Amino acid sequence: MDKLFNSGVLTAERIETVIPPRDLWKTKKNGLVIIECPQRIPCNPCYESCPTGAILPFEDINDTPVVDYTKCIGCGRCVAKCPGLACFVADLTWGAENEALMKLPYEMLPKPEPGDEVVCLDRIGSEVSQGKVINITEPWEDSTMVVHVVVPKDRVMDIRNIKVVKNNAR
Amino acid sequence: MQTTEILVIGGGPAGLSAALEAASLGADVTVLDSDLKLGGQLIKQTHKFFGSKAEYAGTRGFEIANFLFDEIEKYKTLGKLKVFTNTTATGYYKEDGVVSYMVGEEKYGRIKPQKLVFATGAQERLIPFVNNDMPGVYGAGAIQTLMNVYGIVPGEKVLMIGAGNIGLIVSYQLMQAGIKIAGIVEAMPKIGGYWVHAAKIRRLGVPIYLQHTIKEALGNNVVEGAVIQEVNNCFQPVGDPMEVECDTICLAVGLTPTCELLWSAGCEMKFVPQLCGYVARRDPMMRTSHPDIWVAGDAAGIEEASAAMVEGRIAGLSAVASLNHVSQETFYDRSAEYHQRLENLRAGEVGEKIRSGLSCVCCKQWG
Amino acid sequence: MSIKLIKDHPILDFGHEEKKMVTFTFDNKEMKGFEDDPIAAALHANGIQVYRITPKTERPRGFFCAIGKCSSCFMIVDGVPNVRTCVTPLKAGMKVETQKGRGVLKSEEGEER
Repeated sequence: MDKLFNSGVLTAERIETVIPPRDLWKTKKNGLVIIECPQRIPCNPCYESCPTGAILPFEDINDTPVVDYTKCIGCGRCVAKCPGLACFVADLTWGAENEALMKLPYEMLPKPEPGDEVVCLDRIGSEVSQGKVINITEPWEDSTMVVHVVVPKDRVMDIRNIKVVKNNAR
Repeated sequence: MQTTEILVIGGGPAGLSAALEAASLGADVTVLDSDLKLGGQLIKQTHKFFGSKAEYAGTRGFEIANFLFDEIEKYKTLGKLKVFTNTTATGYYKEDGVVSYMVGEEKYGRIKPQKLVFATGAQERLIPFVNNDMPGVYGAGAIQTLMNVYGIVPGEKVLMIGAGNIGLIVSYQLMQAGIKIAGIVEAMPKIGGYWVHAAKIRRLGVPIYLQHTIKEALGNNVVEGAVIQEVNNCFQPVGDPMEVECDTICLAVGLTPTCELLWSAGCEMKFVPQLCGYVARRDPMMRTSHPDIWVAGDAAGIEEASAAMVEGRIAGLSAVASLNHVSQETFYDRSAEYHQRLENLRAGEVGEKIRSGLSCVCCKQWG
Repeated sequence: MSIKLIKDHPILDFGHEEKKMVTFTFDNKEMKGFEDDPIAAALHANGIQVYRITPKTERPRGFFCAIGKCSSCFMIVDGVPNVRTCVTPLKAGMKVETQKGRGVLKSEEGEER
């Protein structure tokens, strides 16, 4: 499946490498970050934006990020700062048994609002499930939103985007 | 005739950085830019930049331009800096070192600088296909100008040619402006731009056709569709041509350095494929074989804007130092910092092409 | 025809409301555009994409590089041919025409050459 990866889609064996440690993840309130940044490029704003030092210092600015999950508080500041929109937070402790809360970066229109039902999309933009928006933050006040959306727990490693469908006739 | 200590040709990220560096060291600086607005390609970039804090990483390109403009205003107020837009440098005369320019389309003037920084940027490449001259086939920079500078809809549905950083970023920007992307066509078996840029638009449902090329633009007077086809590893077409519905074809197939003035100044030039065309040979301070001329940014080889800004700083610093305006200590401190930053930006795998290109044109020092 | 502008954008504010709208003509048809926007951009917003016809093969040409380098958008503006409309600001009352062929310059005495 190299062709798929070569077009910008994270594939199975690589997905394994970005999953946070299961035991910690299951119990960590507010969730843990998932960083899908497989290519060495000169970039470190995720590290600069992390308030707890969970994203470890870069020896070389071209290094890919390394996370100390014990320090990650799922705040989503990296989600909004990453120029590649490659950071996502998943909170497995949220809501009912089969639910999870995802914090996804969003820079499109229309802007979602709390309460909106949205369509959750995977890495190639295919529909995965419905989701419900409960909150929207803008951590750096720079128009990059972090959308908090309730999703099926077993799809957190598939869902990477949302489609907001607005009924224009209000 | 007008005179100036330092003349910077081009007001993009490299040129503005060169001008600011020079003005900060007390030189009297003039900037010429052919466009109606300063800032070059920076003002069209809505995505956040990569790099480190020193290069404003995590800040959107047009906001970086605003930081530069604020600084420019400061030196303009101090009377150290003059900026002329809609002013195209048209020639450099070796005999007396005079630069001729054109304001708008019909007014001409001349200026004699002591030192010159060429930060003339780059121009869009074209690839051969049937009807590639048809209105509706636009360069990626032109599409960005229409939609991100002037807020004008460039088309309803765009086919993007090229999956380098520009093709990927402009596709994302088109979607932000509410415009549909028919797909991205890339002749190589792999995207050329940053993987994360591709991931951003893949998850919006945009297909990337690797190992495909455009065969033809369809339409009578303007683009009404396109024909694309798969290619093999030798870029020979295979399989059946496929018709794509679109009203705009965006070419993001690379840039080539704008170097006419460097040629006319008699700078030593070399064709370097890794830097995307003819570029001037230069020393580590960006000085060309002509002792009064420096080069910076895309004009010195196609690279990211973050590197262009650092190169501009280096060229500005060195040009002012040649006028004896800079203490040795300041010179060495700043030079060391800038070179370290450039080295960091170019250190990774994606910098490999640049590093190998630079090894062909950089000399330790001019003899 | 209405002017095709990007009305809502998640990141950018174009300030269209504050800009001054002026009237100009394209091949004698009256059109509107923002003052000081490039002529080529104003035409595009009005749905005009063909700016000139090439001299030999008579092929249509339009916008292409938008930085005054490719000569694709040459037009006749207020009687002057070969104007780079992508870097020439629009002014009220401008007379913009499709350029067919190379364009003709007039000397001060009105003689064509």
